[in-house]
Amino acid sequence: MEELITSLFSSLTLQEVELIISIVNIIIVTASLILFVVFMVYFERKIMGYMHARIGPNRVGPKGIFQSLADTIKLLFKEIIIPKKADKFMFLLAPLLLLIPAIAAWAVVPMNPEFLIADINAGLLYLLALTSFGVYGVILAGWASNSKYAFLGAMRAAAQMVAYEIAMGFALVGVLMAGGSLKLGEIVAAQSGGVENWFFIPLFPLFIVYFISGVAETNRHPFDVAEGEAEIVAGFHVEYSGAAFAIFFLAEYINMALISILTAIFFLGGWESIFSNFSVLEKTFFNFLIEPSIFWLLIKTLFFLFVFIWLRATFPRYRYDQLMTLGWKVLIPITIVWIGVECLMFVMQIGPWNSV
Amino acid sequence: MPNVCYANRPLELCMNIKHLIKTLSMIDLIKGFNVTLKALFRTKVTVQYPEVKTPLSPRFRGKLALMRYDNGEERCIACKLCSAVCPAQAITIESEERNDGTRRTTKYEIDAFKCIYCGFCEQACPVDSIVETNIFEYHMTENHERIQTKEMLLATGDQYKEEISKNRAKDSKYT
Repeated sequence: MEELITSLFSSLTLQEVELIISIVNIIIVTASLILFVVFMVYFERKIMGYMHARIGPNRVGPKGIFQSLADTIKLLFKEIIIPKKADKFMFLLAPLLLLIPAIAAWAVVPMNPEFLIADINAGLLYLLALTSFGVYGVILAGWASNSKYAFLGAMRAAAQMVAYEIAMGFALVGVLMAGGSLKLGEIVAAQSGGVENWFFIPLFPLFIVYFISGVAETNRHPFDVAEGEAEIVAGFHVEYSGAAFAIFFLAEYINMALISILTAIFFLGGWESIFSNFSVLEKTFFNFLIEPSIFWLLIKTLFFLFVFIWLRATFPRYRYDQLMTLGWKVLIPITIVWIGVECLMFVMQIGPWNSV
Repeated sequence: MPNVCYANRPLELCMNIKHLIKTLSMIDLIKGFNVTLKALFRTKVTVQYPEVKTPLSPRFRGKLALMRYDNGEERCIACKLCSAVCPAQAITIESEERNDGTRRTTKYEIDAFKCIYCGFCEQACPVDSIVETNIFEYHMTENHERIQTKEMLLATGDQYKEEISKNRAKDSKYT
């Protein structure tokens, strides 16, 4: 790509070329994310329907595949109603505060060893910072709406996200120790060489804790007390309509995808192949199966996205105190204990990271 | 987990290990996952109604109709057995002697809102005049349209004559 741009515009300096490349990359990632959300909404409704012994959307287009497109168009053309007593500036700022960190976090997520928007040293810290930034959007949305239900939802969301952030951070400490780097690319590189080197085996409790906290972070079922349709109608975004509501939706699904892809990167070896040890396949037609590629990453990500939907279709919502108990009294102790176990594994020279 | 301090109660701690293993292994959650996964692959029984319809029995009791003989003469002889048997009292009949000396109805009205589609009128009818068709998709937009007059009932009978006789033929073995 660099050669292509330099050959086309020979007058550009190296920095300008890099700028153009990152802008193109940003556009690719953002556009594919938005497209992803459109299809994700459809697949979620369809899979949920099938799990509920229904058919799901099937009216718009063949098998209903244009359903979410129709929904998007409807949402975009709807009027944005701003409540009379709401703080207008804050009210409109809140959805953006939720969306921007959700998209910005993708800057450090590597799709394969080459494709990466920003190769910064503290990628993991950047991710932790940006994923916790989303809570401001939620709180602000609840506060600016000037509605008691929105405010209740925001309060719940704030407490929940803070609680699960800690468990999430601790789980990532384990990954950091095992991977030996804050760069996501290097964490994946540390897991190369077969399924037995993937971190989900030695760090299994952390893997589970990370995913559960991820579900709680994105305010998805069964941790969606912030929305709680039954008791506080839609929680923090109850007063939003039209495009502003669409942005909340977009942010939620982008966050879901982010958690899924990060789980795949941290614990399931990112773009590493499942069959990378099957040297029998080498030099045959199935050579592509053992090579690391973006498709493996996408398959793993889609699996976790499916688990997100699966969770939603399976479990009832947690009661608020149970949610807090799970976060503070179960997940955080588990992570702390397992970090201790990991230290012991390091000292006693067991675990996949010692062979490298 | 109950909120108790187990430090000075070793026995309860041992009892609780069972509970601990059960919750930490998430066995119940996995069972739940299994249920929904099975449901995902189960064949769906939803019928896409306007395009696909469920099969109807020949005995299906739908919209009411009045029948005629093959020569065009209406069957109803105004015996009022149907209105007598009607549990919802939906049928109103008035009769008079016609010029040829036969007794015929001057008014035969069924209130569609009162009718419960029980089919007693059809059973009671000695001349097979009032019948129930298998039409269940019909509507009215004004309140007064709920009264189905004799003309309307006869028109329904004329329109669906063949269908009705076909259904009666199918069911004839069993009646």
